[in-house]
Amino acid sequence: MGQLNNKTNYKKNIKPYQLKPNYLMNCIKAFLVGGFICLLGEALQNFYIRFFDFTEKTAGAPTQGTLIILSCLLTGIGVYDKIGQFAGAGSLIPVTGFANSITSAALEHKSEGIVLGIATNLFKLAGAVIVFGVVSAAVLGIIRLFIMNLLG
Amino acid sequence: MEYLIAFVIGGLICVVGQLLLDVCKLTPAHVVVTFVVIGALLDSFGIYDQLIKFSGAGATVPITSFGHALLHGAMAEGKEHGYIGIAMGIFKLTSAGITSAILFGFIAALIFKPRG
Repeated sequence: MGQLNNKTNYKKNIKPYQLKPNYLMNCIKAFLVGGFICLLGEALQNFYIRFFDFTEKTAGAPTQGTLIILSCLLTGIGVYDKIGQFAGAGSLIPVTGFANSITSAALEHKSEGIVLGIATNLFKLAGAVIVFGVVSAAVLGIIRLFIMNLLG
Repeated sequence: MEYLIAFVIGGLICVVGQLLLDVCKLTPAHVVVTFVVIGALLDSFGIYDQLIKFSGAGATVPITSFGHALLHGAMAEGKEHGYIGIAMGIFKLTSAGITSAILFGFIAALIFKPRG
């Protein structure tokens, strides 16, 4: 027992007792669900191009908007979390996962009130995405602009 | 055919995320942040634009397109107004996505009851 509870080797000692993730099965699930969400996006995009005045370049915005609405609704009724348990990254990586993180964080803290609960915690999880996106885009943008100016 | 391409490319991007989760033992937040930064990196040399042209929603729906769109909008304004343009244009293309996420996330949180 003394050896098992040894702090320095703890990570190594508990390894045989941890469940090993089923890599292949998880990947197939993520592939199918993620692919399906993108398929839905493609269908929506074609719908907006055909029936509204969107071009191929601008149709991305309403498509993402629609997917975000769907994801917020599904999170609200508790379905998206079940999809997430099944699909792992398949529901995390598409833009629906971003909307899910916003809605679920807000719902979780609803009991604390509208201002301090919902509004304050809206970006609890999604904040990291926006911060890193803006920081990396700003740094890369400055570098690229600098190089372009150097080359004339 | 375009639906099949969107399905396969979108699915493959998610498989990369799943491998990062399972093999590298990253948390979901770390995986998503990594994807956003990768998307911004791939905007250079127009790589991500090529991918969007090839696979449509297979490339615009995953979160990598968020990083791509941030940098893309920033560069478009940056070419016109110089360095200050980067700050002006960074949210230009992603505005619709962020606005709808905030708006509908807020409304959904108001309407629905938390569970679990």
